[in-house]
Amino acid sequence: MSYTDQIKDVIESSDVALFMKGTPSFVMCGNSDRALQALRRAGAPVTAIDILPDPQIRQDLTQLSGWPTIPQVFVKGELVGGADIVEELEQSGELAQTLREKLGDDFAAARDEKTVPLAG
Amino acid sequence: MSTQPLRELLESAFPDATELDVIDRTGGGDHFQVVVTAPSLSGLSLVEQHRRVYEALSAPLGDGTIHELRIKTKGAS
Repeated sequence: MSYTDQIKDVIESSDVALFMKGTPSFVMCGNSDRALQALRRAGAPVTAIDILPDPQIRQDLTQLSGWPTIPQVFVKGELVGGADIVEELEQSGELAQTLREKLGDDFAAARDEKTVPLAG
Repeated sequence: MSTQPLRELLESAFPDATELDVIDRTGGGDHFQVVVTAPSLSGLSLVEQHRRVYEALSAPLGDGTIHELRIKTKGAS
């Protein structure tokens, strides 16, 4: 399966998808970390995808989303934004509100955080 | 790159801006913070607002002049 199809799959099947440089246990970029920390503060069940293993992943992701930078955060298939937006929405409380609306009141109960590798 | 060319790109993309600032965050000419407040951004989601900024700066983003960009946008005056 192409990267594009795998990326579509993970965006559509994950409550919260975070495309980042590195993984939650080994973050390779300050902005990816800012997005991850904001999502954690909001209690988001994060599915992380490392874009670094192959430059093609980032190219295909940007082609698909039209968003030029990393990280990129999607909630229920919809692009929420990059690190700046996610931080801003977390600080204003809107991120938690969006998560409640889209995932239900108990979205934080799972405390779920996982990393999904893409197959090259 | 100095902040001036970026400022000019933003000024031509947001001629109605009431606040427009470009800050070189590290002094190295490749990590920038931009601030844009413009009525033309009103009613747009943050994603759409940031997209407008990315479009305005697509040349320096595309050729790698901008290594990192932080964006702060607002719609109202």
